[in-house]
Amino acid sequence: MDTQRSPHTKVFIQRDFSEGIPVKFQTRYPPELEGRVDRATYESTINTINEMFAEAESTGSRTYCESCFACLTAYLALMCMDTFYEKTLKKVRRYLEEQNQRIYMSRGVMIIDPAERGLRILEIDISSIDTPQR
Amino acid sequence: MRDTSPYYTVVSTTVSQVTGDGNDNQEVQIKMAKSVRRWEVFPGKNKFYCNGRIMMARQAGVFYLTCALIIITSGLFFAFDCVYLAQNVTPAIPAIGGALFIFVMATLLRTSFSDPGVIPRASAEEAAEMERQNEVANPNSPGTYRPPPRTKEVVIKGQVIKLKYCFTCKIFRPPRASHCSLCDNCVERFDHHCPWVGNCVGRRNYRYFYLFILSLSLLCIYIFACVLTNLILRAQDDNFLTAMKDSPASVIEALVCFFSIWSVVGLAGFHSYLTASELTTNEDIKGTFTAKRGQDNFNPFSKGSLLKNCLGVLCGPNPPSLLDRRGMVVPEPEPVSHVSVVQAEKDANAVSAHHEYYGSTQKTNNMGTNTVADRSVVVVNEESSPKKRDMISYQSPDGSINNKVPSVNGSGVIPAQNCIGKKNHIWDMTLNQLDYLGHRVNIYPASHGSVNYYRDPQEAPTRGELYVHSAGYPRSDDHQKYVLSRGVSADFPSVNY
Ligand SMILES: [Zn+2]
Ligand SMILES: [Zn+2]
Repeated sequence: MDTQRSPHTKVFIQRDFSEGIPVKFQTRYPPELEGRVDRATYESTINTINEMFAEAESTGSRTYCESCFACLTAYLALMCMDTFYEKTLKKVRRYLEEQNQRIYMSRGVMIIDPAERGLRILEIDISSIDTPQR
Repeated sequence: MRDTSPYYTVVSTTVSQVTGDGNDNQEVQIKMAKSVRRWEVFPGKNKFYCNGRIMMARQAGVFYLTCALIIITSGLFFAFDCVYLAQNVTPAIPAIGGALFIFVMATLLRTSFSDPGVIPRASAEEAAEMERQNEVANPNSPGTYRPPPRTKEVVIKGQVIKLKYCFTCKIFRPPRASHCSLCDNCVERFDHHCPWVGNCVGRRNYRYFYLFILSLSLLCIYIFACVLTNLILRAQDDNFLTAMKDSPASVIEALVCFFSIWSVVGLAGFHSYLTASELTTNEDIKGTFTAKRGQDNFNPFSKGSLLKNCLGVLCGPNPPSLLDRRGMVVPEPEPVSHVSVVQAEKDANAVSAHHEYYGSTQKTNNMGTNTVADRSVVVVNEESSPKKRDMISYQSPDGSINNKVPSVNGSGVIPAQNCIGKKNHIWDMTLNQLDYLGHRVNIYPASHGSVNYYRDPQEAPTRGELYVHSAGYPRSDDHQKYVLSRGVSADFPSVNY
């Protein structure tokens, strides 16, 4: 036990409310990631997540059809089908798992699925034991 | 392995370790641990039914009254008036009435039984991070506790919106969210708490609430009209008094409808106005977006036109519940993370919560008063008479300790369990892999940073202990934690150092 500091630094990426309530995370590059993940990679990940959420939160024809269909069945249909938003959450989760395994894990960084934190924040765990090869 | 540490004394209780060998016992305990779902330890004041599928406010007496009124009135209508009207006018009358009734009940039950859009409370780590940032912002008084700043400002479409900090949920409330004092939750796009439906009305169920009111006012008018038709038709054969004598149920229905029509229709009209202007009751009452003191105030959430706003409310996206109520509290213990640590929140408002096993807690130390500086592990023992039930004891903001059995209504107040559950498991595994990459086995708690009320497999049935661990725990204390954990629990063969 020689470590003086936590093996995990945690970075909390806050929500970006500039466009209202829809889920969107701030794209600012956290300095803690310096030397591990380059700016472009990080930003492309965050932007992809934001795009997925923006699609789920938009009122396109897809959500209209879904809502009207659910309404016609007195919302009983919602008990036995996944909404588009729920599918998006699963998609975000799969995407982050894939990104973690492909890029971030090997650099001692892990992005936690925001649904785990109630979509309030995006948590990034940085392991300080594993010093990255620079 | 059972070396006693100075921090605690072993207390034997009357519950003996009947299950002979440790393996059996461990298995039983793991099973028990697995059976706790997150709704059972949900920190808000809610009631849950059907193993967490149904969520309501604690006081739901008025909701049952609403149900009874609707069902009895409609029942009388279908049983008496509809029979006569179907024979004498048209069979479409009971058909339309039935469809309306089904829609009213479906939307009512959906409003009442669903999550209104509760925002999960912050994990201990997240709250600690918030405080740390605040300490940086206030360097004059390092170490001393100081509440986080109360507001934060964001600009939405040019309009400045203040985000208030919620001391209970330890979050900055998102725009339009508000804390319901009756349910003790922050709710997204909070409209109001409606006792008639026995739930908050928020982002996730406003649509159902609005449609409920709308269809209920239609049903009210419909029944009233049909009942009047019935009475008038009967009165044509004879006079009006004998018609009323012939069908006394009609008179009751007419009275109920007559008195409820005004309030229901009025409410429907009010909510139609709110829907069309994309406002919540909360914002309308507070006048959040009304121009005041010469400032140009407008509603930044409005989509521009009345029709668009209505469509947005009625046909917009269906955001899923963020609570994961049916997820498991304790992920299946992994060998690497066999450490029982409960993180306690430390500021004044925090409900310092801990799980304890088979003990009652009249003598619990005042855990909630830990300051930031106090970062040591505290293990408290209970010496009172044991009870054969798990209890959650929590400290309320006024400092008193309460006990709750977490079974029926999930009322135990436990901070920030929101990141533990079925979904967390995978992330824990990967986190451990992350540590293995660093060639070190790390005994980080299973849920890394969330509160982990862990049922220790060996100790649970015999003693009442609670493990408390302050939130901003430095890693250098790992060893101490480990020793403590070894001390209080029998064995961790798989923890390698
Ligand atoms: Zn709150
Ligand atoms: Zn409420």
